[in-house]
Amino acid sequence: MTRILDVRALRKNFPIRSGVLGRVTGQVRAVDDVSFGIDAGETLSLVGESGCGKTTTSRCILRAIAPSGGQIIFRTEAGAEVDVAQLAPKQLRPLRRQMQMIFQDPFSSLNPRMTIAEIIGEPLLVNGMRDPAERTRRVMELLDLVQLPSAYLNRFPHAFSGGQRQRIGIARALALNPSLIVADEPVSALDVSVQAQIVNLMLDLQDRLGLAYLFVAHDLSVVKHISHRVAVMYVGRIVEIAPTAALFDAPRHPYTEALLSAVPVPDPRRRAQRIVLEGDVADPSNPPSGCHFHPRCRYATDACRTETPALTEIAPNHQVRCLRAKELSLQGVAAV
Amino acid sequence: MAEPILQVRALRTHFFADEGAVRAVDGVSFDLYAGRTLGIVGESGCGKSVTTRSILRIVDRPGRIVSGSVLLRRPNGTVEDLTTLPTDGTVMRQIRGGEIGLVFQEPMSSLSAYHTIGNQLQEAILLHDPIGKKAARAKAIDLLAMVGIPRPSQRVDAYSFELSGGLRQRVMIAMALAAEPRILIADEPTTALDVTTQAQILDLIRRLQQERDLAVMLITHDMGVIAETADDVVVMYLGKEVEKGPVDAIFHAPRHPYTQSLLRSIPSVLAAPRSRLATIAGSIPHPFARPQGCPFHPRCPDRKPVCETNAPHEVMIGEQHATACHLYAA
Repeated sequence: MTRILDVRALRKNFPIRSGVLGRVTGQVRAVDDVSFGIDAGETLSLVGESGCGKTTTSRCILRAIAPSGGQIIFRTEAGAEVDVAQLAPKQLRPLRRQMQMIFQDPFSSLNPRMTIAEIIGEPLLVNGMRDPAERTRRVMELLDLVQLPSAYLNRFPHAFSGGQRQRIGIARALALNPSLIVADEPVSALDVSVQAQIVNLMLDLQDRLGLAYLFVAHDLSVVKHISHRVAVMYVGRIVEIAPTAALFDAPRHPYTEALLSAVPVPDPRRRAQRIVLEGDVADPSNPPSGCHFHPRCRYATDACRTETPALTEIAPNHQVRCLRAKELSLQGVAAV
Repeated sequence: MAEPILQVRALRTHFFADEGAVRAVDGVSFDLYAGRTLGIVGESGCGKSVTTRSILRIVDRPGRIVSGSVLLRRPNGTVEDLTTLPTDGTVMRQIRGGEIGLVFQEPMSSLSAYHTIGNQLQEAILLHDPIGKKAARAKAIDLLAMVGIPRPSQRVDAYSFELSGGLRQRVMIAMALAAEPRILIADEPTTALDVTTQAQILDLIRRLQQERDLAVMLITHDMGVIAETADDVVVMYLGKEVEKGPVDAIFHAPRHPYTQSLLRSIPSVLAAPRSRLATIAGSIPHPFARPQGCPFHPRCPDRKPVCETNAPHEVMIGEQHATACHLYAA
């Protein structure tokens, strides 16, 4: 498998300014030493609670914001490896075509004054496809790909349901044949019956087009249906990264265990004793010492308060950031 | 089983717009019992929120309850039909917040940003029980402690924006319980929260229900939350109740094609990695383009010719288990 994206020690700090002069008085470490890779045709999901840095990570990769440190190695179509973190805006342009984004809210991400043909055709026009007939042909192809009737070409977004709009957003993202798609909560605004259609569509498109997905989500059930591998983030750091089955069946980090245990299972016969985490997610501007998770961890020892664990490989392809990872035996979803 | 505290009978709430009437709630009946949780589940536009608003008589114009009754057993033993009361009258105001507590989805927009938590709690307390400012403040602190807010005597002076989403939802629950209601209606109480916070809030509601023998009505789109908390379930689709019954029957012996399809289409952490989901064809129709006959028929895998013309009546198909579907018509 070719590695299409390699994120190494990525950092993003946001300054905290205060006082009349707006002096920088601190830093929010939104993303703190995050490393992972994605292969062509693979889905990696970033999961975690709000404020854990998963969206900031994805925005750094797309260079919607500039990272504070680290490398983002992207393999271009031509086979060259470039560090997206270092590129100037002008050099980024040819790459943008190859990494596209699907947004969460299908209602605000489509321009209400443009027809479907214009919305999907715009990236083509911007990238030099001037011939209207050629453009229309490509837009029809794309509509077919996302299973929308081509008769919808000249309608406006308001005529479509949430699921249909999300299909339009996907068609727009696919217009330029990208190799990597960053999808930030693409199904969380949809109804359950429509959510299933979009998840299936994303799986199909990946098989047909060999796309790599970086899937940012908080819903672990959806993540299970779409991912090859999953990375769990807590207060700016990856605490565990593993193949999907291993992460759900045999998690090695206490936070992953608690997160899995909190997901309600749609079966009243499986109401079980849950691990209910105390307190709230730590404040990233003032994170706890040592392991960020120690104040809420039921396995924490004195060492966890002072020592910062490193992300270490505990099994093939399975990395975890916990001092006690080797000795703990944790519960996965099957045991609930 | 004991007498129900609240009985909703054939409730119909329609909205009269220029384009025509939207039958947001179109014939819904259920009972609430002390100490039990009724879950109302459905996708957007199914009428679950309008049902709660109708019970509390806070339906916005151009909506109106067109028929049906909402029978509330008062503390003195009398039964009042809430649909006949003036919405702004003394009785309705005593009931709203007094006998029926309400928790909304959005803890940020339901709390005032200009008043402290304590201030808002005291208002809720004094509205239903004029015990004086000092006693109300003490009670507010007790309430905050009861819903598990750390350092309640300090937090009472905090503003809502100083609290996390989970703590704000705890404050909302404290406020809903300030007047010691016997019924708690929670409309998507955990939808805006992270899953670990959701687990905390559902736990809290369960604990308070046991302590106070509350009748809880939980409205949600999340089948997982229903499976976790409800005793009885009503499944709604486009204003109609399509199936209702005990939670175990709904999940393990669903009879209506919509309930069956919905349960098949929900993603689960127990599924095999990268498995495709079963889907329901099409999407939820626009409220003005409501299908004739059974509202689910255009998407139904088991549709018969009769479904396109006649709306099915509800039939009993088991103990406490009913469905409105032509497949089971006598």
